[in-house]
Amino acid sequence: MNTDFKTIAVAMSGGVDSSAVAAMMVDRGYNVIGLTMQLWNQRRLGDKTGHTEPVAGRCCSIDDVYDARHVAQKLNIPYYVVNQESRFEQDVVKPFVEDYLSGRTPIPCSLCNNHLKFDQLLITARQVGADAIATGHYARNEYDAERSRWLLKRPADKAKDQTYFLFGLTQEQLSRTIFPLGEMQKPAVREEVRHQGLSVLADKPDSQEICFIPGGDYKQFIDAYLDEQGETLPDTSGALVTSTGEVVGNHTGIHNFTIGQRKGLGVATGSPLYVVQIRGDRREVVVGGAEELMTKTLTAKRLNWIAIEDIQKPIRVQAKIRHKHQPAWATVERDGDGSVKVTFDEAQRSVTPGQAVVFFQDDLVVGGGWIC
Amino acid sequence: MRRVYFDNNATSPLLPEVFEAMRPYFFEKFGNASSIHQQGQQARAAVEDAREQVAKLLGARESEIVFTSGGTEGDNLAIFGMVSAGDHIVTSTIEHHAVLNASKRLEQMGCTVTYVPVDRNGVVKIDELRAAIRKETKLISVMMANNETGALQPLEDIGKIAAEHDVYFHSDAVQAAGKVEIDVQKIGCDLLTISGHKMNAPQGSGALYVRKGTLLESMLKGGRHERGRRAGTENLAGIVGLGRAAQISREWLATGGAERMAAMRDRLQNSILESVELATVNSASVPRTPNTANVIFEHIEGEAFVISMDLKGIAVSTGAACSSGAIEPSHVLIAMGLTPDQARGSIRFSLGKTNTDEEVDFVASKVPEVVTKLRELSPLWKKHTQTAIG
Repeated sequence: MNTDFKTIAVAMSGGVDSSAVAAMMVDRGYNVIGLTMQLWNQRRLGDKTGHTEPVAGRCCSIDDVYDARHVAQKLNIPYYVVNQESRFEQDVVKPFVEDYLSGRTPIPCSLCNNHLKFDQLLITARQVGADAIATGHYARNEYDAERSRWLLKRPADKAKDQTYFLFGLTQEQLSRTIFPLGEMQKPAVREEVRHQGLSVLADKPDSQEICFIPGGDYKQFIDAYLDEQGETLPDTSGALVTSTGEVVGNHTGIHNFTIGQRKGLGVATGSPLYVVQIRGDRREVVVGGAEELMTKTLTAKRLNWIAIEDIQKPIRVQAKIRHKHQPAWATVERDGDGSVKVTFDEAQRSVTPGQAVVFFQDDLVVGGGWIC
Repeated sequence: MRRVYFDNNATSPLLPEVFEAMRPYFFEKFGNASSIHQQGQQARAAVEDAREQVAKLLGARESEIVFTSGGTEGDNLAIFGMVSAGDHIVTSTIEHHAVLNASKRLEQMGCTVTYVPVDRNGVVKIDELRAAIRKETKLISVMMANNETGALQPLEDIGKIAAEHDVYFHSDAVQAAGKVEIDVQKIGCDLLTISGHKMNAPQGSGALYVRKGTLLESMLKGGRHERGRRAGTENLAGIVGLGRAAQISREWLATGGAERMAAMRDRLQNSILESVELATVNSASVPRTPNTANVIFEHIEGEAFVISMDLKGIAVSTGAACSSGAIEPSHVLIAMGLTPDQARGSIRFSLGKTNTDEEVDFVASKVPEVVTKLRELSPLWKKHTQTAIG
């Protein structure tokens, strides 16, 4: 299916993976255009969060852009930085803040993939003459003639599997994306980069955590962002209660908590207490013992189906409720309009509203949705 | 691939004659203009010759010309050199970042600043400027020609206001020098900035006009170069280049150069307007520099346009580049009242002395296909066509 493509835009972050991809696409004989998206100005909240120097290894630090530009120069490909700050703020940052303030735990990376990396970037790439984009994601895609559908599959390097964040990709997007790293293991990718004469990059550490929050303190970020917007942090302080309704303490704001959290509750009862539910509307944080974190069912909405067109009869899948979660066997069935009910064979720990549930059948990504 | 350069407002190519004039001053005619010996005197002579040329370009006296490293330094020198804590400055919302950020710094240092707005054509609102002047006003700083739109500002009117209120008047003429006539006596300004690389001289050269009798505090401290106004060994070759470029500009202006360039720009502009729907020219109805056409292409991303053109070998620009290389929307166009979408869809074509009619035809022929392709894939365009049909 990829033989028709002549010009490919490579999404370059300045990291090892996308640099290897750029080099590989040049080797394969495509016309390559390197693109970096400027998504967030790190200096923006710098004085509020105490991070005035851009942190390398986060999105859009100057050093990362220079790295990407340097790679493009070495590969002799045209390279551009494209400003998508306002779209990123609308589609990723604002929902991120709103989710936390409503008691959900968001995944900005999935939203970024859906709205920026595979939407806006693909549009820009096609506008400037590219037929498709190639990214450094560890994933595989292929066209299945029998199903007449594009499939998304887990990569060869399961430890680097990023398909959890890619469940939102549409058929159109999958038809115009190449994942060159799908068959490779990470050490081989670093080797490739060294082989291309980019050894300085080969040892660059992988970036982790949320790219637009240097230091990782999301509470500080939310404070700083709201302050900058001229909004006050809404007061969501309230009671810590047990599942039977007994009040055991107070909290200073629901955004300070996530399901499964043990620390920072401010309550000691002898046996460990965990956050088992966050009731945003009542400003209550429900705490309980470890066994209360276990649940067998969840509801998900805003589903995206990849391997199938839509769900009719119930299906059997291995479902992941977090990036770092071992997929567990479950049955997925329709639950009204646009929702599904997922029933696990075994109870799962810390099902968290705001996270995604992604359905696998071995390596195949069937689809996924957002946990209610 | 053939390359056509239509981004002269960003920087302009060195003219061959300018480089030839500079060449000896890198090699056999090197020297420090302050030295007593023959090399020094030779250098001094060259600097003073260049000074004479720049003075003639601006209608000024030679002693009123201070050589600088360019527009940014000239603007900073004019502003920081004239203003102290407690002073009030009047400037505009469309100034270059050198003026805007110098003003912001002054605000931090205990000055007050009024940023006078512009109208939809990008021309400063003269009544509001007049009304902004008060007892503490020390300096007015308004540019002569805007770098994005080319719109010429009403400098003579401002000069009169400055005289009436006994306030100093600085103008950043970086985009105007070498393109339109400048006469500092007619304008009535006290300070005026020009930049070499915008007028076919090298980057790193420039000058600030300082009216005789204006007490300017220097920024760079050191030797008594430039009559104590700007320390630092003269950029000999750069200054020689600036002088030669100034002379060439005067000749060009005197022999109808500006009219010919305006005709080329108008041809480019009209060809685009005829072949692309929903395109308008910003500041079209006010006097502009003869080389600039800033065009809104509705429902496209300017960035994608610039990239597409670059991939076809054509250099144009949109907005302002930031340090990562990404583009930020133009504060000038927003100040003029364009919507963010319109500002993002605005493209600046800026011609230079070395561009030809054939290049204009080439670029004009590429614009429609690029716009069409962008619109085909643009969600903004889809929305527009749906509402149009709907």
